[in-house]
Amino acid sequence: MARIAHVFQALMAVSSRETVKFMHQRGRLASAVVRPSLWLLIFAAGFKNVFGISVLPPYESYIEYQVYVVPGLLGMVLLFNGMQSSLAMVYDREMGLMRLLLTAPLPRSVLLACKLLAGTFLSVLQAYAFLVVCALFGVDLPWWPGLLTVLPALILTGLMLGALGLLLSVYIKQLENFAGTMNFVIFPMFFLSPALYPLWRLQESGATVIYQLSRINPFTHGVELVRFALYGQLNAVSLAVVAGTLVVFFAAAVWGYDPQRGLVRRRG
Amino acid sequence: MSQAALKVDAVSKSYGAVKALDTLSLAVEQGEFVALLGPNGAGKSTLFQLLTGLFVPDEGAIEVAGYNMRRDSRAALAKLGVVFQQPTLDLDLSVVANLKFHARLHGMGAKAKARIDDELARIGQAERAKDPARALSGGNRRKIELARALLHEPALLLMDEPTVGLDPGSRELLVDYVHKLCAERGMGVLWATHLVDEAERAHRVIVLHKGQRIAVDTPRALCEQTDTTSLGAAFLALTGEAPKKKEETV
Repeated sequence: MARIAHVFQALMAVSSRETVKFMHQRGRLASAVVRPSLWLLIFAAGFKNVFGISVLPPYESYIEYQVYVVPGLLGMVLLFNGMQSSLAMVYDREMGLMRLLLTAPLPRSVLLACKLLAGTFLSVLQAYAFLVVCALFGVDLPWWPGLLTVLPALILTGLMLGALGLLLSVYIKQLENFAGTMNFVIFPMFFLSPALYPLWRLQESGATVIYQLSRINPFTHGVELVRFALYGQLNAVSLAVVAGTLVVFFAAAVWGYDPQRGLVRRRG
Repeated sequence: MSQAALKVDAVSKSYGAVKALDTLSLAVEQGEFVALLGPNGAGKSTLFQLLTGLFVPDEGAIEVAGYNMRRDSRAALAKLGVVFQQPTLDLDLSVVANLKFHARLHGMGAKAKARIDDELARIGQAERAKDPARALSGGNRRKIELARALLHEPALLLMDEPTVGLDPGSRELLVDYVHKLCAERGMGVLWATHLVDEAERAHRVIVLHKGQRIAVDTPRALCEQTDTTSLGAAFLALTGEAPKKKEETV
């Protein structure tokens, strides 16, 4: 019991620190909402008549492009915040705070799990903030019970992308390298997915390689999991892929932070 | 005999071809202030990385208050308080939030508040509790870091070149205060430094050079052994390197 209480306290420590810091960084909150909103209001407005979205599950009728793009943009919110928590890890390491965390009398896997949960909490919060924007602009989403059914999908996808962030933070040694690495992760993941258009369009236009890459992209399955959940449906394949990827990414991150292998490059 | 606060037994650590620590052994008893004196690059940082469980040694064993760092790392870490060389306060958080963060990581629960108030009062920083850590001077930040390291009442306090960047007055205060803690609480202290004057009042001095322990004794005995009159001269005789009297201004 004492052990569980300890783990819970550690979770509260990490979580409240990250939430307080997040609230202080107004710019981060604003950009977390503004970024997908720009895509929704400008990109989607422009492309409204370019893409015709045919009826495909989970949709039961023809939908507006704006409606199609929302799950992808929710994915984008989760993806950016997942990477942001990676940035926070690298920052903490540079600032020495990571050492403080790692000398806490808890297994590293628990400490990393605390980090992951704290980051995912912020991801989900931002995803809902974006859904509020969608509501304000009158996007025709299944608000009830969609807002509720989408929650587990947002959490799971947020965890998966956060675990990817943790894993990357093992290998990003310095803050300067961060931007470059992100360009190699965020953009390919986002564009090789059904966030902006259904994958069958890629297949139809003969972009077979891109189509296949998109199909194995875990972000694709995160977006589809969210899309189906929003309509109260379960995409079992996506669920399996997201859950499996979460386990793999997290295990690899724990392995990377193992003291046998070394986390901080040697000094002195 | 009572349990040693720290026991390092034939520890080695290599980085590639570089042997950072070579079968190093040392002990810190309860209530003992041991200075780890060595020039830059002697292996002090490596040793501290091993002592804090950041890395594991290639060979040898480390015990904190009787708990093996590798097999029983959680119990060992719970007995360990550390002030890192690098500043590790979260400057965006208040002083008390920084301390609370640590207390929660150590699972201190309800007694955290009283301990935080107590440690802050002892270092005369109680009224700064709500201030952001950023607003504090370098010397006061170090004091807060020390208070934080003491919150969970460790059996062993590790100080990793804690006076780097402090002015002479703050340096002296810090050394004094830790000596006092050592006597009052029976806590073992391992104080790493490359500044000879910080080691002068230590119960014992361990001289580390190129990853090896080349001497361990009281400051006075080290002088006698080397036939010198000051610890600085003894250090020079032992390592062949010029000692530093105080932090050089950059």
